[in-house]
Amino acid sequence: MSNIPSDLKYAKSHEWLRVSGDTATVGITDHAQAELTDIVFVELPAVGRTVKAGEACAVVESVKTASDIYSPVSGEITAVNSAVVDNPALVNTAPDSDGWFYKIKLSNATEVNALLSPDDYKKQIGG
Amino acid sequence: MLKRTALFSAHQKLGAKLIDFGGWEMPVQYTSITDEHLAVRNAAGIFDISHMGEVTVSGAGAESFLNSVLTNDIRKLVSGEGQYTLMCNERGTVIDDLYAYKLSEAVYFLIINASRIEPDVAWLDAQTAKFSGDLKMTDASHNYAAVAVQGPRVQEFINTVIPGASSSAMRVNAVNDLKKNQIGGFKFENHSVLISRTGYTGEDGFEIVGSDESIQHLWDKFISVGQPFGLKPAGLGARDTLRTEVCYPLYGHELDEETTPIEAGVGFFVALDKGEFNGRAVLADQKANGVKKKLVAFKMTDKSAPPRPHYPIWANGASVGEVVSGTQSPSLNLGIGMGYVPPELAKPDTKIEIEIRGKHYAAVVVPKPIYKKG
Repeated sequence: MSNIPSDLKYAKSHEWLRVSGDTATVGITDHAQAELTDIVFVELPAVGRTVKAGEACAVVESVKTASDIYSPVSGEITAVNSAVVDNPALVNTAPDSDGWFYKIKLSNATEVNALLSPDDYKKQIGG
Repeated sequence: MLKRTALFSAHQKLGAKLIDFGGWEMPVQYTSITDEHLAVRNAAGIFDISHMGEVTVSGAGAESFLNSVLTNDIRKLVSGEGQYTLMCNERGTVIDDLYAYKLSEAVYFLIINASRIEPDVAWLDAQTAKFSGDLKMTDASHNYAAVAVQGPRVQEFINTVIPGASSSAMRVNAVNDLKKNQIGGFKFENHSVLISRTGYTGEDGFEIVGSDESIQHLWDKFISVGQPFGLKPAGLGARDTLRTEVCYPLYGHELDEETTPIEAGVGFFVALDKGEFNGRAVLADQKANGVKKKLVAFKMTDKSAPPRPHYPIWANGASVGEVVSGTQSPSLNLGIGMGYVPPELAKPDTKIEIEIRGKHYAAVVVPKPIYKKG
């Protein structure tokens, strides 16, 4: 059974978003890490890069396969989590806390409203 | 509609992730590829290999027929022995790689790749039509299910799972008395099963072929008897990482109809001295005069994402080839793979680069196998 924290917003492509003022933290969901299993490599965007909502901006690789990570919102990358680059297994063990990917300064805060609520995401993954 | 093996519901019960593998709905993993991989390296694992094909060839002409279509010398086999071999066309390129077993005088049993059953049988049919000796060939793939039980601890419990002596092919008092590449017919409950001491993981182990019902019962018994020894069900994901570490070729990756056994580094299984066979002229020429591409094994030396099939290989500023198999090695905890390069770049310690999403990462050619026990 996947953990779906109630204080997060969710993208259909299995990223989560934690908004704090005009900045948000992005990671992948517990469901996504469980599907991938054995995460061995994470590639993050450069700090300062501008991304659009839906743009592929990170890569996570399991033993079996490489998967693109899509930014749930538009904005400028302000920080990345070097801990998951050094220890990719953090994404498996703490996907919605220590296993976060990057922080982004929102350029269009209304995009957040288009993301899924915890209940809607739960429905999407059949939970 | 994907085909399902006799063990499909067993996989579902275990919560396996299922994928399409050559038209078969097969388990890629049960819990984690890494865990399953390490279980096989350190203890034991059981794989469903029911999707693989089986062909029986018998008759007074069987030996000379098989020696004309396969690269290895089948005359070296005594009853109860098997050998790795390849089937080539006239261009010397590979139609399939397979195991050929001699069950008794003039009775042979071939185990072929699941994805190649149709082309293999079509090719063999065309060859039998040209052959004048006494010969009967049957595609028996639908009659059999199969499991592979692999790992250093399998020998501790295999005799408990399947007690008793063999009654056909290699005569031994117990399954564990089979030596590498030997095959025996055994009784399990009321079923006849064929057991060979072979595998695709680089570990000691056995492959067992039998009826759907016998393999279903065997699977359950292996799981319950093997569990205290650390046995885990293992999927195709672990099967791929295990075979890549020990550099066993997989058809469609290292081998295809554009590649010869000499290029793929399996010339040891090509018996040029046995007389005429399909592809011999090309293979003899390559052995004498060299090849244009050669399969190498490599390890990543830069920290990078795992190499994957089709990633370009670079050397001295030029693109020189392509990765055919690549993964994160669970045993070595680094990126490993195999790929084709020009022969002058095939020597161990040659520095190469792997292109991953537009960036180049350093790698080094290493001797095969990449992983060695101990």
